[in-house]
Amino acid sequence: MITTSHYLVLSAILFTIGVIGVLVKRNPIVIFMCVELMLNAANLSFIALGRHFGQVNGQMYVIFALAVAAAEVSVGLGIIVAIFRSKETINVDEVNLMKS
Amino acid sequence: MATVIAFWVLAILSVVASIAMVVTKNPVRSALALVGTFICVAAFYILLSAQFIAAVQVIVYAGAIMVLFLFVIMLLNLGSPGALRERGSLQPIIATGLGICFLIALLLSGSLLSLPLPAGVRPAEYEPLGTVRAIGINLYDPNQPWLFPFEATSILLLVAVIGAIIMAKRKV
Repeated sequence: MITTSHYLVLSAILFTIGVIGVLVKRNPIVIFMCVELMLNAANLSFIALGRHFGQVNGQMYVIFALAVAAAEVSVGLGIIVAIFRSKETINVDEVNLMKS
Repeated sequence: MATVIAFWVLAILSVVASIAMVVTKNPVRSALALVGTFICVAAFYILLSAQFIAAVQVIVYAGAIMVLFLFVIMLLNLGSPGALRERGSLQPIIATGLGICFLIALLLSGSLLSLPLPAGVRPAEYEPLGTVRAIGINLYDPNQPWLFPFEATSILLLVAVIGAIIMAKRKV
């Protein structure tokens, strides 16, 4: 019997893998992918809890999270392309313009 | 019984694919592993009777967003594994330890492991929850609070389009 707790634990595991990826990786594109993984984990728990309470509202939140994720990816990848044009690298250790 | 087997197979597949995304050095391989994770999550949505969201997940995430990622990886020529040198230090080990602490804290917090079933909800009511009809009726219902966020989302997407064009242009 698969309960809602199974889905919540799986969502927590996926979220943690995303957090570790953000902390470990040096490539901003892969960091973006890890952020997408964390968004997906949050969406999964939204839908699991929505079904748990028999409501469709959890899926509404997921629709808006999807739209925000699409907007975030388009702007973020544009910023990465712009940084690569000006500095010829996108390693997050070498791009430290805002560090005083 | 079939849902139990499907859950465990998909759970193992999604966790393995996401770990592979973090571990591999090649950005293209990690993008493909992330596509696998997204498709597993879409299958979870079908198991959770959210059919519309599952279709949107495959179209938007596994389709559009990952094509954008792969396009930028190829454009910046980061496909080779040695393109970005990973710093050899204690950071991955410390980050993994802290991440596992975070996971334990998440599991211990609140009622994650023992959710009470709400009264008056039977499993038979779960079935028509995520069809296009149910989503549409709920989304455009004037008595529900979703109509204004829906319109605001269109403004957000317009702003994102303009922002992406301005960011990627050589000269504004």
